[in-house]
Amino acid sequence: MTFLSERSQALLKLLLVTFLAALLSFAGVSTSAQADAVGEEYEYGISGNVRLDGEPLAGVGISVSGGGYEAATVTGEDGKWYIGVPGGEGDEYLVKLDQETLPEGIAVTEGDGTANAVLGKAKPLIQNFFIGEGERVTVSMFDQIVARLIYGVNFGLMLGLAAVGLSLVFGTTGLSNFAHSEMVTFGAIAALVLGTLLQFPIWLAIPVAVLLSGAMGWALDAGLWKPLRKRGLALVQLMIVSIGLALAVRYIFQYFIGGGTEQLPGFGAPKITLFGSVALSQTDLISMAISITVILAFAWWLLKSKTGKATRAISDNADLAAASGIDVDKVIRTVWIISGALAGLAGVLWAYFRPGIKWDMGAQILLLIFAAVTLGGLGTAFGALLGSLVVGILVETSSLVIPADLKYVGALVVLIGILLFRPQGILGKKQRIG
Amino acid sequence: MDWGSILNNTAAGLLTPTTLAFALAALGLAMHFGFAGLLNFGIAGFMAVGAYGYAISVLTFGLPWWLGMIMGVVASVIFALILGIPTLRLRGDYLAIVTIAAAEILRLLFLTTAFEPVTGSADGLFGYNAAGGFAEANPFPVGDYGFGPWTYNEQTLWVLVFGLIVLSVAVFLLWALMRSPWGRVIKGIREDEDAVRALGKNVFAYKMQALVIGGVFGALGGIVLATSANVSPGIYVTSLTFFLWTALLLGGAATIFGPVLGSIIFWVLQAFLTNVLPALAESGILPVSGIQAATLRYVLVGLGLMLIVIYRPQGIFGDKREMTFVK
Repeated sequence: MTFLSERSQALLKLLLVTFLAALLSFAGVSTSAQADAVGEEYEYGISGNVRLDGEPLAGVGISVSGGGYEAATVTGEDGKWYIGVPGGEGDEYLVKLDQETLPEGIAVTEGDGTANAVLGKAKPLIQNFFIGEGERVTVSMFDQIVARLIYGVNFGLMLGLAAVGLSLVFGTTGLSNFAHSEMVTFGAIAALVLGTLLQFPIWLAIPVAVLLSGAMGWALDAGLWKPLRKRGLALVQLMIVSIGLALAVRYIFQYFIGGGTEQLPGFGAPKITLFGSVALSQTDLISMAISITVILAFAWWLLKSKTGKATRAISDNADLAAASGIDVDKVIRTVWIISGALAGLAGVLWAYFRPGIKWDMGAQILLLIFAAVTLGGLGTAFGALLGSLVVGILVETSSLVIPADLKYVGALVVLIGILLFRPQGILGKKQRIG
Repeated sequence: MDWGSILNNTAAGLLTPTTLAFALAALGLAMHFGFAGLLNFGIAGFMAVGAYGYAISVLTFGLPWWLGMIMGVVASVIFALILGIPTLRLRGDYLAIVTIAAAEILRLLFLTTAFEPVTGSADGLFGYNAAGGFAEANPFPVGDYGFGPWTYNEQTLWVLVFGLIVLSVAVFLLWALMRSPWGRVIKGIREDEDAVRALGKNVFAYKMQALVIGGVFGALGGIVLATSANVSPGIYVTSLTFFLWTALLLGGAATIFGPVLGSIIFWVLQAFLTNVLPALAESGILPVSGIQAATLRYVLVGLGLMLIVIYRPQGIFGDKREMTFVK
């Protein structure tokens, strides 16, 4: 390596990381300098006017979220704000006034500074808050961090369900499956079709959707991946095939459910206050319980069962495994079924977490799943789980420091950073990175 | 069904600013993947760097258009260096994941409201062609030029001529590079990195040079696209990268004219499907709605990509002996 000496390379790495970090911190600082109207390209919008005793208040932070969409702005000199939203009539958005940005001693006098706004015929929808002198119910930094950590663990567990499947497939077949995101979406859409179209009760719809996702994994292996392996396609070719498949399937989803956002039954369950101001909804708690149970069961399967041991043997050395009497094709088939089922379950949970079902919902987190898998070490199932938790917590807590619309950037920067310093990942083996 | 207008619109797809931009970016991908064997899935990021570099130089720093375009190219060189240092020593699929992530990071940075004064956030940037003097530099007098489906006003003609000049230079450069000793080393790296290293060549440096040159072609593609349309983060999505790969593999990854012809075929087909599918839906031959018909063509792109890679990985104009997919 004469292009750069080892020393100057290390220096470059350091510079690169510092540069990215500086970029992110700059993003955090400059939020107060944005305009007072965002999302004007959308047909519908929510607007308001922040005044104190008739005097406009400038620089008050307002954010709108819902249906997977998030936007924030600050009030202009005239106290007015406008946020365009992608939804249509009947869609509900959460409007939040950031009380930290109000002057000293001033607070929202009714409510906690948040309001649910349902879009109606009128454009834009007006949402105002009552502001006056008063004690502000401040959420302490500690509570915020705790809440974000819990969300992060929830999100990480959900990512983990998807990531272990991707990692297992990679470990046994060498395929970087870009169509994994479509298996995630498939699970959510299957639950939607069963739950709302066929009117299954939700406790039945979700398991059936997971079974269907497993069947989908089996069908993909039997109908596509196994024949291609037999044809002897190179790994890069297989990867590009998976990209083609992802594109085709993603647009087939759009073909059937359109470009809008749908909700699963049970969405918007009431929040339960755990302590202080940390509140979680019932679906969050159930989702975490399901994730943990399934992951424990999966870990038992991988460590203790015969097929699980065979899977790990194939990940280590496929030829040796075949020579010692393991039916490689059968194990790979099982891996695809499990990978599909776990991805489908992750899709259902992601639909509650986002919230909402959209044709490209899986593609939105595909890179995070890849980041988790790479972070933990390509091909190691437990590494993928660990990586998912790190990515999930990082994504959720980073939004305390950087703007919410940049929260995925942090995880992707870490992905590149880990490749600089430890390319084999947290639990990976060095010889895999070649 | 109005076959006349359908065929007319299809023929117009032969030569549009988008086709030229695609051809340029696909040429960059050919350099990366076809010749050097680098799995770059972040070509949309290179295009975005070029386009935003040009637009921001003009709008924020008040540079003239030609200097702005040079800044766009310089920015893409820096981007390639940042991307290459950590990843070029890693295995191919790592590079794929990192490049795709880097392109997405860029898009999110262009999209965030935090940098709105500079990047225009979701609305993107516009008006730089007039502000930087690109529109004024148009040598063609006002009027209509061309014939049939290829009739353009003076502005579009200027954009097309500019794009064609850039594309011709890029094609010539790639052709000259690939028949030079440098090109033979690059192809050697694609076939067997260790063998080239054993010959005493600095593989990392060669790969980095290939990444930079291909990245510059990608940035030029973004700049040509920016001369005809607004710069907005919605354009430079991951799907754009995948469409470019489809165009590249369609023509032939390890060829000079393959990427150009692949882009033309891709856009002529797109223009044809865009027109014919809704028409079929309208006349009741296809039992789908107009929007569904428009979605169908992307399904066909995905299926097309799969079929090419499985059955003709060397592309339409490629040579089977030039192994593009080294195992």
